[in-house]
Amino acid sequence: MTEAATTTRRLNMIEAINEALHVMMERDPNVVVFGEDVGYFGGVFRATAGLQKQFGKHRVFDTPINECGIIGAAVGMGAYGLRPVPEIQFADYIYPGLDQLISEAARLRYRSAGEFIAPITVRSPFGGGIFGGQTHSQSPEALFTHVAGLKTVIPCTPYDAKGLLISAIEDDDPVIFFEPKRIYNGPFSGYYDKPVEPWAKHEGSEVPEGYYTVPLGKARIVQEGDAISVIAYGTMIHVAQAVCREKGIDAEIIDLRTLVPLDIETVEKSVKKTGKCLIIHEATRTGGFGGELSALVQERCFYHLEAPIERVTGFDTPYPHSLEWAYFPGPVRIGEAVDRLMKA
Amino acid sequence: MATGPDPAKTARGNLPPLSLHVPEPNFRPGDPVDYSFLDIPPAGLLPRPDETCAATETTPLCSGMVRVLGDDHRAVGPWDPKLDPETLRRMLRAMALTRAFDDRMYRGQRQGKTSFYMKCTGEEATSVASTFALAADDMVFPSYRQQGILIARGYPLTEMINQIYSNKADKLKGRQLPIMYSCRDYNFFTISGNLATQYPQAVGWAMASAIKGDSRIATAWVGEGSSAEGDFHAAMTFAAVYNAPVVMNVVNNQWAISSFSGFAGAERSTFANRAVGYGIAGIRVDGNDALAVYAATRWAANRARANGGPTLIEHFTYRAEGHSTSDDPSAYRSAHEREEWPLGDPIMRLKRHLIELGEWSLEQQETMDAELVDLVKAATKEAEKNGILGHGLHHPFHTMFEDVYKELPWHLEEQAEQAIRERQIKWPEWKPE
Repeated sequence: MTEAATTTRRLNMIEAINEALHVMMERDPNVVVFGEDVGYFGGVFRATAGLQKQFGKHRVFDTPINECGIIGAAVGMGAYGLRPVPEIQFADYIYPGLDQLISEAARLRYRSAGEFIAPITVRSPFGGGIFGGQTHSQSPEALFTHVAGLKTVIPCTPYDAKGLLISAIEDDDPVIFFEPKRIYNGPFSGYYDKPVEPWAKHEGSEVPEGYYTVPLGKARIVQEGDAISVIAYGTMIHVAQAVCREKGIDAEIIDLRTLVPLDIETVEKSVKKTGKCLIIHEATRTGGFGGELSALVQERCFYHLEAPIERVTGFDTPYPHSLEWAYFPGPVRIGEAVDRLMKA
Repeated sequence: MATGPDPAKTARGNLPPLSLHVPEPNFRPGDPVDYSFLDIPPAGLLPRPDETCAATETTPLCSGMVRVLGDDHRAVGPWDPKLDPETLRRMLRAMALTRAFDDRMYRGQRQGKTSFYMKCTGEEATSVASTFALAADDMVFPSYRQQGILIARGYPLTEMINQIYSNKADKLKGRQLPIMYSCRDYNFFTISGNLATQYPQAVGWAMASAIKGDSRIATAWVGEGSSAEGDFHAAMTFAAVYNAPVVMNVVNNQWAISSFSGFAGAERSTFANRAVGYGIAGIRVDGNDALAVYAATRWAANRARANGGPTLIEHFTYRAEGHSTSDDPSAYRSAHEREEWPLGDPIMRLKRHLIELGEWSLEQQETMDAELVDLVKAATKEAEKNGILGHGLHHPFHTMFEDVYKELPWHLEEQAEQAIRERQIKWPEWKPE
């Protein structure tokens, strides 16, 4: 946190994101927000509620259902000098905009030697656990971490969501800001058959009023421990915490918060201390960001490792509807990996 | 029991089997060329509606063709922009300079001074004349064959050549393929090399200008071939929805590398007609008629600046040379096409118009052409002082890793160290700059 803000309230993640947008629109007249249903209605998840009323239709507006157009227009607006914050309604729908992100936004600064930049923050809800089927559940972050020139940010608490989103909007590089929609309204332990907990009981829901930032590229140690290092982000942080708590494991849990640029120092230090590494993400396994993390840990910590690196992920299938909990890397899959590490 | 039609009883009658239509151009190598099938109206025929008219009033302009210069080299009809002779001479000069520049750069590529070049021969009016109709601070989102815009805006030729040679003075640090210029100070957006991506960006820029209550407008360029890209239609939708102040150009030069315009839909409709379905204004213009191009662009720019919204302009022209230095058009089209092209050559036509007005002469043209050749030669020499492609290391090595992000992250710093180490192993005497 870079600026002291005194008053805090308990907010859920949607409210925190909404507040970040309000703060930045107030501070910077060049910030504009647009996307499908974000204007009068305030977004299908309510993340942009009240913005159009406060800042007017010129700065907050609905768009055609055309992600290529949404991102392409954002690139042009960025070239003009605006700071666009487009919303892609679901990460599953971002693909028509990929060329504009990968070939354009990501490379504008490089190819023009700094004459043109793309100070864009693309917000998009991602991840499953809401019975969204294959088109409302995907975690495509590895497609973006693979692209030179993009930053990828994923919060796991309301506090981080607000501070990271403010940092992303202020950042002069294009940022993919994936919001884990399963935890919009409460942290999720992975036990889908237990009652939903509200954010109000979680310390991460204490959100200061006004402006503050959480820097990009800095991981957070969620809990310190000596037995194993758990590297994760988004929803999976909460699931990992619940599993380790239940099993009484003295785990060090690291929330990456930003995948690119990655805070490798924090990861390296932790794995060297514990000698055991568990990487968790909800996305499909093959070519997932876990593979990159695993390689980095192996390259940097090999002589400190006491057991093979464990990777717990979603399966390499489309996200199923009725069997979504069979897909989801829940407590059983994580528990098995933790047991293997503890026995090693 | 199931309701609905019984599949067994669905009538096919004696219909022949379905057959896929694959477009085929009219002429292939060696074929004689006859363009009499092209419907080219005489100059001066089409009306010029008021710039604030309803978009539907431009519908006849989308299937017709706005032409000003007649076969007698006189300007006729309501679209005659009535430019003064001095402006016409400056326009002619910019077009001739563009051609002289292209010829020299093409030769430079053949001499091994660079890897790649793209000429715009025969299309000079589409970029030069439209630039004359815009304000200098209007933002241009070009495709790759709009060098005429930079030349018309007075961008230094030496800077263009530095970029083409990727030499040490190249502002883009040798990162971009030759001719993919970026010139922010001249309101010329960085050329992508991916096709049509600039179209929705231009609309976004124009939307930003409207959001800010500015007076500047944007223009976008795309070839007829890449008007088939989804980005084109995304841009048209956004431009229509937000009534964006943007002029959208389609340069229909008949050929996308070896694919004729039929593969972008030209057998079914004109490209300007795309405007009709989107409910925006459209104009199809004789792209080899500098006065018509100027007039159409001016009309569209005035309309955009008056909050009248976007216009789609199809420039009907002909790509007289290959797609690029890597292309040999004799392998797929008839060489007679260029000779028989019914709309002539844009530079010749403007020259003859000026002569017809008594404001120019063949001698003046010869003198100017010789002067332009010298001008380009001098600029080339100046640029060559900064090196040519592949001769020496032109940019500090570390610049390869810069501008990926505003700040260098640790992984790129590590990779930069690796690259420098590799170089030192290969050339032990080399010192990083």
